[in-house]
Amino acid sequence: MLFPIRARADERPARSRRRSGRRSPLATVALVTIGLLLTGGAYTLFTASSGANAAIDLSSPQAIAQGKKLFQANCATCHGLALQGTVAGPSLIGVGAASVDFQVGTGRMPMARDAPQAEARQPVFTDTQTKQLAAYVASVAAGPGLPPSKYLTLTGDATRGAELFRINCAMCHNVAGAGGALTEGKYAPNLQDTTPAHIYEAMLTGPQNMPVFNDDNITPQDKQDIITALKTQAQNEDVGGFTLGDLGPVAEGLFLWIFGLGAIIAFTVWLTARAN
Amino acid sequence: MTTTPETTTAPAEAVSFDRTEAADARRSGAGVTGWAANYLDERTGISYVVREFGRKIFPDHWSFMLGEVSLYSFVIILLSGSFLTFFFQASMAEVVYNGSYVPLKGLQMSAAMQSALDISFDIRGGLLMRQIHHWAALLFIAATGVHMMRIFFTGAFRKPRELNWVIGFTLFILAMGEGFTGYSLPDDLLSGNGLRIIAGMVEGIPFIGSWIEWFLFGGQFPGTAIVGRLYTLHILLLPAAVVALIGLHLVFVVVQKHTQFAGPGRTNDNVIGYPILPVYAAKAGGFFFIVFGVVVLIATFFTINPIWTYGPYDPSPVSAGTQPDWYIGFADGALRLVPHGWEFVLFNTTYSLNIIAPIAVLGLFIVTAMAYPFLEGWVTGDKREHHIADRPRNMPTRTAIGAAGVTFYAVLWAAASSDLIATHFRLSIEGVIVSMQFTLIIGPFIAYFVAKRICLALQKKDREMALHGYESGRIVRLPGGEFIEVHEPVDEYERWKLVSYNDYEPLMLRPNANGKIPPQERVRAVLSRWFFEDRIEPVSTTEVELASHH
Repeated sequence: MLFPIRARADERPARSRRRSGRRSPLATVALVTIGLLLTGGAYTLFTASSGANAAIDLSSPQAIAQGKKLFQANCATCHGLALQGTVAGPSLIGVGAASVDFQVGTGRMPMARDAPQAEARQPVFTDTQTKQLAAYVASVAAGPGLPPSKYLTLTGDATRGAELFRINCAMCHNVAGAGGALTEGKYAPNLQDTTPAHIYEAMLTGPQNMPVFNDDNITPQDKQDIITALKTQAQNEDVGGFTLGDLGPVAEGLFLWIFGLGAIIAFTVWLTARAN
Repeated sequence: MTTTPETTTAPAEAVSFDRTEAADARRSGAGVTGWAANYLDERTGISYVVREFGRKIFPDHWSFMLGEVSLYSFVIILLSGSFLTFFFQASMAEVVYNGSYVPLKGLQMSAAMQSALDISFDIRGGLLMRQIHHWAALLFIAATGVHMMRIFFTGAFRKPRELNWVIGFTLFILAMGEGFTGYSLPDDLLSGNGLRIIAGMVEGIPFIGSWIEWFLFGGQFPGTAIVGRLYTLHILLLPAAVVALIGLHLVFVVVQKHTQFAGPGRTNDNVIGYPILPVYAAKAGGFFFIVFGVVVLIATFFTINPIWTYGPYDPSPVSAGTQPDWYIGFADGALRLVPHGWEFVLFNTTYSLNIIAPIAVLGLFIVTAMAYPFLEGWVTGDKREHHIADRPRNMPTRTAIGAAGVTFYAVLWAAASSDLIATHFRLSIEGVIVSMQFTLIIGPFIAYFVAKRICLALQKKDREMALHGYESGRIVRLPGGEFIEVHEPVDEYERWKLVSYNDYEPLMLRPNANGKIPPQERVRAVLSRWFFEDRIEPVSTTEVELASHH
């Protein structure tokens, strides 16, 4: 046992010489970190740019043809070759471009697994492909179209929007848009990071368990107000400090018991500790 | 600050009047402090109080400081609350908000909500004060709860302290009342939803429910009176009751002295620890600032009750994830756990068992917990005073009952967040509710048996250690080839803690003077057997001596 230790001790001068050399041992770590950051950053940029609203003419025959190919390859197994639906998936006749853009654009479709409800995830298709799919589905039968971009700017009345949100949406999505539970394992998702277009489309088409809020019920102007309210709330700085997930008294109580009372009990133990 | 003998005898000397004497005393004596102490003492006789109170001894143990935490958080609540009253308007008059928070500008709301928003956005330091007040309130009740558990599990409620347990329990209930009235004051969406639930519960009481509701709210819910009425309760009646009972609670502690854990030199007739002056006062004073500091730190960095996000109250919207503050959670949980369809109609009246049952169960739970000292005293028949706190393991049945009670409460409490448990752990809410319904019934039994077994096992271990010492980890090979592990005897001080505890035996039923066994004695005997059937006797002196010889 003694020999290896002594051998290592002999090596020590050599190691310290190398440490004072040109390349620090941290250089490799730094290089890897920089590399990862660059790749990650580029990826984010790429996905972000593809998420921007690509201007595609939904009525163009090329887009429809392209969409049809994508549909047949990726969606027809469940929704049927003629959109008529199968036992595995509903008919898509008349759902419109808005519905496709929401379901595919948020990654809910193609569905990851058979679950109580389709969950949002990283989209499988690029924005262009999503719009092509939408163009194809809309070409088969008419339905709600993509939201007009003038309603997607955050220039609505946030006060009125928040009131509309409280009355129509908060019972499922929570007053801060933090989401909430529904029956049988379903849930209303968190809306704080949802894009204006997707919020608009969700109201218009009522995906999954959500009711439809059509334009007679909540006018496009109302929808814009709601989107403005949600987004300003999400963008506002949190005046009171960290919000603990906007979950209200449960999160506050848990925090107080674990960290507040925990810290204070640690102090009581410290104050009554006796030197050994 | 201590009163020296010189100053206490000073009044007698001061009888012969001499102009220079006072000045001399100031120059030669203890300086300004001594002079001031003397001045006060000559006029108030305060040295007597300082001497008596300053020599009061408090034993040192971390768990003895939990009650202090709740006292200090109450002081923080009083200070921050007084600040808030300067600016809060307890009125439900409708106004149009025109303050600094832009997303609510132009919205109709009550004056109460508007002033709460003004405190948050337009009064300097107002938001910090609001958050300090609310966080301190959560801490106050949490610390009180943990303090009560300490009292329960160490048997510090036994004679002569039964009444103080009842006072403390009443304080806990009053504190919950304080909390709930405060939660309801800002008249935001969350507090209004909470009040709606209370109104519904009141309505569910048969016959008198609707009358009481109209009486409380001054008409149909929500009416225009409730905020003002709750405010009176919140800042006048309840705090006065809390302050009075805290005073009484502390007088009891001083008069009855504090309990201490068993140890060498500690008997039922003395208290070993530090005197209030100077050690304990300095320690406790410092601790107050630590508690204050922790609360301010939390209030600075973490939002609590963001009423600007909730918006003003309006009877139609209810937000998902609407919960009461943690201390009312057990009641909300009880409502959530009632099985579907618990109601019946009799003579045109609907009886809402979904409300009556939780009220009855919680009422029974609270009354039982409050009366526990008297129940245990009756079962043990122990009329002696107890100033030595029990180690929880040495009263296995009591500890097990406590564990069962805590589990029951904890399940109800967790049930109040059933929806958040469902969304955050990806479960179905029905599954969460059903499993909690089962846990509510079965959980306390499991907790009871597990806690009792752990206590008995720990007692056995203590007994083993007291008699045969602890395992030293030193393995010795005997000449015959046998390996043994050497046990080192515990020292006398350690052994004291292991062997000194009360041992009760199950009650033997014997006929009374009339030659009869009254029925209540039979019940007592059954309960006593349940309590003390499984017990580990403390090690006796003879046993220790015998063990030390081999």
